[in-house]
Amino acid sequence: MNTSRAAWLFITPALIILGLFFLLPVIAALILSVTDYDLYALADIRNLRFVALQNYWQLLQRPLFWSALGHTVYFVVVGVPLSLMASLGAALLLNSPLARFKPFFRTALFAPVVTTVVAVAVIWRYLFNTKYGLINYVLDSIGMPTVDWLGDPHWAMPTIILFAVWKNFGYNMIIFMAGLQAIPGDLYEAARIDGASAFAQFRHITLPMLKPTMLMVSILTVSGYFQLFAEPYVMTEGGPLQSTTSVLYLMYEEGFKWWNLGSASAVAFILFVIMFAVTATMLRLSRQGEKA
Amino acid sequence: MNRVARLIRTAAALALAGAAVTGCAKQEEGTRTLQFWTIGREGEAVEKLLPEFEREHPGLHVSVQQLPLTAAHQKLLTAYAGDSTPDITQLGNTWVPELVALDAIEPLDARVAGSKVVDKNDYFPAIWSTNVIDGKLYGVPWYVDTRLLFYRKDLLARVGYDHPPRDWNEWQAMMAKLSQPPGKTFGVLLPTNEFEQLLALSLQQDDPLLRDDGRYGNFRSAGFKKALTFYVSLFKNKQAPMMTNVGVGNPWAAFGQGFYTFYLSGPWNIGEFRKRLPPEQQGDWATTPLPGPNGPGASNAGGSSLVIFRASRHKDDAWALIEFLSRPTIQERFYQILGDMPPRRSSWEAPALRNDDKAAAFREQLERVKPTPPVAEWERIITEMQLVAAQAAHGDLTIDEAAAEIDRRADRLLEKRRWMLDHGHKASP
Repeated sequence: MNTSRAAWLFITPALIILGLFFLLPVIAALILSVTDYDLYALADIRNLRFVALQNYWQLLQRPLFWSALGHTVYFVVVGVPLSLMASLGAALLLNSPLARFKPFFRTALFAPVVTTVVAVAVIWRYLFNTKYGLINYVLDSIGMPTVDWLGDPHWAMPTIILFAVWKNFGYNMIIFMAGLQAIPGDLYEAARIDGASAFAQFRHITLPMLKPTMLMVSILTVSGYFQLFAEPYVMTEGGPLQSTTSVLYLMYEEGFKWWNLGSASAVAFILFVIMFAVTATMLRLSRQGEKA
Repeated sequence: MNRVARLIRTAAALALAGAAVTGCAKQEEGTRTLQFWTIGREGEAVEKLLPEFEREHPGLHVSVQQLPLTAAHQKLLTAYAGDSTPDITQLGNTWVPELVALDAIEPLDARVAGSKVVDKNDYFPAIWSTNVIDGKLYGVPWYVDTRLLFYRKDLLARVGYDHPPRDWNEWQAMMAKLSQPPGKTFGVLLPTNEFEQLLALSLQQDDPLLRDDGRYGNFRSAGFKKALTFYVSLFKNKQAPMMTNVGVGNPWAAFGQGFYTFYLSGPWNIGEFRKRLPPEQQGDWATTPLPGPNGPGASNAGGSSLVIFRASRHKDDAWALIEFLSRPTIQERFYQILGDMPPRRSSWEAPALRNDDKAAAFREQLERVKPTPPVAEWERIITEMQLVAAQAAHGDLTIDEAAAEIDRRADRLLEKRRWMLDHGHKASP
């Protein structure tokens, strides 16, 4: 038996599982997305019609799809930088030689990542409650106007972003810490001898050395944040006035609430194309940056 | 690697669960188990009634599964898709057409004809008719839900009225006086994310909400526009706060504080107000049938029914349970436990209901309720209606624009239904 055949033999189980549970569903979804599979088709398959690209076309004409896409982009554009800054900030603080009780803080800051979204979302809903919430209580006691955090269409998304950033920053923090520890100490030593300020050290040593980590972390975060679903599902059910309906939430409602699996699959594929394009652009931009 | 590990673990867990289930089944050999799904709080109440049913039917065990309202619709459809429907379920009567379109539930005409307990003529006709699709009966009403006005008698007396409103004009005159100071106090609470209020107002009109056998929306009709104009004017004139029910937070406390005088809501709030308002305020509030454009008006024929699934293997037992829950004495106890109002006139003869001054308005309203169009798409249409209406209330759309937009969305949702009807496919079996 030659090596190549042996290799194939070893990866066959993985390939079968991937094919069965990943490739096959994807192909099935692609086929579904060009049909009008709905409640009636569920009752009797003869009610199924082939509609070509009509699902996609109708979706692109629906105001709700565009507003859902807008909310998702808002969430990504505001949430990702905030999340990265929080992660990097926390990593820098923990990495500082002055930091005490490092293992404790590392665990404490990582804790939100391993908690269940549903459980913490319930607690955050209490914190953000208009009348009984701690946050409005604090705002009120320092004389600031209180905010209807989850009930006001303008505030609901910022509130969700805040929650998502808090929930997720610990994960990237750990990756950043690994990246920071990999930066050789003599670089900083040399910079200090040359009289570089702390900020200059950060700007000219830490950031460039972290660049590969940064790229990976931002691609992971962007693709994660595009799939916004659990937070609005638990905290606002897409409201108020659909101001927190994300693309994935729209897909869930289409597919499982109304059982329009045809158009739900179309939503999934459009989101896939968008995420693919964004990630590819990010990779290309970073490569161009390297050449320059 | 992770994914594979997870798969194996899931498979193992499933195998264990399967073993556990078969284990149970073996244990209870000789007894039949009836799977009964309930939605919302009804499950807790019905558990208290079931021991009596099980005593009357030895060898029959009822296993109740409570679904939260927000997940019930998905769960029922998913159960149908996955061939795991229960024997019997509680079903909101606006969902009946959907399950009938799926051919998932059993016609009950023959069983009702042979029944000594379920007597069609004893039920409120509009409530009964929500279960009849194309001439066939698919469910037996279990409890009713209609919307009418809760109001503060003392606040109304303060602005010079000793009676509740009789028609829209009087109602609006009252609300204008009550909404002082503007923006701080309001005449009525209509949470903008709930469709029931506008639906009740539009059911008071003569124009149907869909036309041509449910092929097209009829929201550009003069009647619907009239209801929408009235609804929107309440927000424009600051007689209703621009709030969702999340924004209101605690509507009961706000009612007690006089934040609003009228609350267009349903029967469960009788119990809530009794529980949540202090004793000294209990004499200050009352209920009254919904005023219409000219005199007493209609409201929606809501509520839940009991249906039997086609795939059930215990249909006779399921019917026995429906008959048990339809007895007036049981319905009286059900009302006492939960406050759910019975759909039969004879059940209303019970002292607990007959002597209840707050329930009397519901009894009167129930003779004047109207069903919603029996099409499977109704739930989506009504959801879209409210989204557009909220925009109109916000001032983003005019009445004509909003009516046209609702029609456009309804027509798009009804496209498949039109195709089915026009090509000889049956939209309901």
